[in-house]
Amino acid sequence: MTDRYFPDLMPSPGISRESLPWWEAALEGRLVVQSCTACKAERHPPAPCCNRCGSYDQGVRDTAGTGVVYTFTVVHKPLIPGMPEPYVVASIELDGTEGLRVVSNLVEIDPSEVRIGLEVEVVFEHMSEELVVPRFRPKS
Amino acid sequence: MSDRARQACIVGIGETRYAKWGGITDASERGLACQAVAKAAADAGLAVADIDGVGSFADDRNLGVLIARDLGMRELRYAGMSWLPGGGGACGALGSAARAVEAGHAEAVVVYRSLCQGQHFRFGSAAASYGQLEKPGFHQASNLLEAEMAFSLPFGMFSAPIAYAMVMQRHMHLYGTTSEQMGAVAVATRAHAQRNARAVMHGRPMTLEDHQASRLVAEPFRLFDCCLENDGACAVIVSTAERARDLGQPVIRIAAHAEGAPGQYGWGPFLDTNGSDELYAGGGASVVAREMWKHADLSPSDVDVAQIYDHFTGLVLLVLEAFGFCEVGESGPFAASGALAWPNGALPNNTHGGSLSEAYMHGMNHINEGVRQLRGTSTSQVEDARTCLVTSAAGVPTSAALLVKD
Ligand SMILES: [Zn+2]
Repeated sequence: MTDRYFPDLMPSPGISRESLPWWEAALEGRLVVQSCTACKAERHPPAPCCNRCGSYDQGVRDTAGTGVVYTFTVVHKPLIPGMPEPYVVASIELDGTEGLRVVSNLVEIDPSEVRIGLEVEVVFEHMSEELVVPRFRPKS
Repeated sequence: MSDRARQACIVGIGETRYAKWGGITDASERGLACQAVAKAAADAGLAVADIDGVGSFADDRNLGVLIARDLGMRELRYAGMSWLPGGGGACGALGSAARAVEAGHAEAVVVYRSLCQGQHFRFGSAAASYGQLEKPGFHQASNLLEAEMAFSLPFGMFSAPIAYAMVMQRHMHLYGTTSEQMGAVAVATRAHAQRNARAVMHGRPMTLEDHQASRLVAEPFRLFDCCLENDGACAVIVSTAERARDLGQPVIRIAAHAEGAPGQYGWGPFLDTNGSDELYAGGGASVVAREMWKHADLSPSDVDVAQIYDHFTGLVLLVLEAFGFCEVGESGPFAASGALAWPNGALPNNTHGGSLSEAYMHGMNHINEGVRQLRGTSTSQVEDARTCLVTSAAGVPTSAALLVKD
């Protein structure tokens, strides 16, 4: 939990009413998806209301924290000093959800080894006492 | 269908010189916008004062109401701004201008784009500084876009090349598309730019080997898969068919136009990687393509030449699929066959050099080139061109127009 992968100057999330529960959960070491209290429909990124039933009563649900790489890119020109060079941005399809995907990073892997379909698990990077960012590494 | 006499036509096109990023220092971006509009008016044979509408897209910094005053327009009867983000909106702004003149709300609407990137932050970049704090933590998002970027920026998804590289990675996985096939788009476009003295890349030819040797930016994109960044300005004037016949230029009708996106597309893969493969790896232009063909009463085989927005080589491939020039998944081989190259390709594309090799003007220069082709004045002229498809950026809610010579 103490490993650091990215520098302090990585952008911090601009928080909205919709996104706050997701980031609060991350701070507690939980990877969640938004879940409609009324009809249980899930979505990411979170929205103010359910696009299936119209309810504004939205909560979050814990996920297993595992998934597979849906797609990715290896970025060769980091914009921020201290970033790994190159670094991997990936879309992770989360196990046990309605196929929901989150954008994150792959760490603890040689970027040239990353493949679509790779099984991964979440690892929480403590950027500060106020911000924890979920990244992913190959499933152990 | 609208009243034939009022059907929208492009009566004038104009542009300033195009230069590399930060290369124009003797004029403001606002001043360049005025210059481009004035040139389009002169091209049309109109007085600037006779323009009575302004249109643009994607948070134009050069506010239309001020440009209208700067230019001395006698009165303003239409001021339209498209919601289509980034480069998705040029044809949408054109389409809205067409609706305005067809409905009688204006007689001559100018749509423009001016860019002096050195004078501002880079347009469309999610500015890595956005959200950088002394100490990592929370801060209030100032608008919907920043709120949505809470799920991309903290992960280093800073810019369009990163987001669309991920789309093309998926396309390659699904269909076997290759870097060389994307390179074919860049090579054809660069060759066209060698014939066009306006092009920033004029005099700088490129081979497929050069493309393959260019540095990786965000895999699979190499440097030469990515558009230029430029200074300059570009404008078109839309008026009625009746007016067009009284003016000096050949009559170029906006025969059809469409804008939009599939359901759940949102801002597209720049901010959301959810959805079916069709939605995510398809480029999002399918609805626009279907609607445009529906209004056009024409089909892909009727198109003589295309100007497909090329922010990235791979996105051109997705648009070829969406508009039915080839099957889904077949765009790579289609491009590699030489289909996009003037003069012998099945669909000469971006005959000006596009955003990859003429200039990055958010797709406004693609409209100008479409008009040139139908006037018969392109530097890579397709013989007897009567129908030209122009599209705006895929990968965001987008737009397209079909231009037809009367
Ligand atoms: Zn619901």
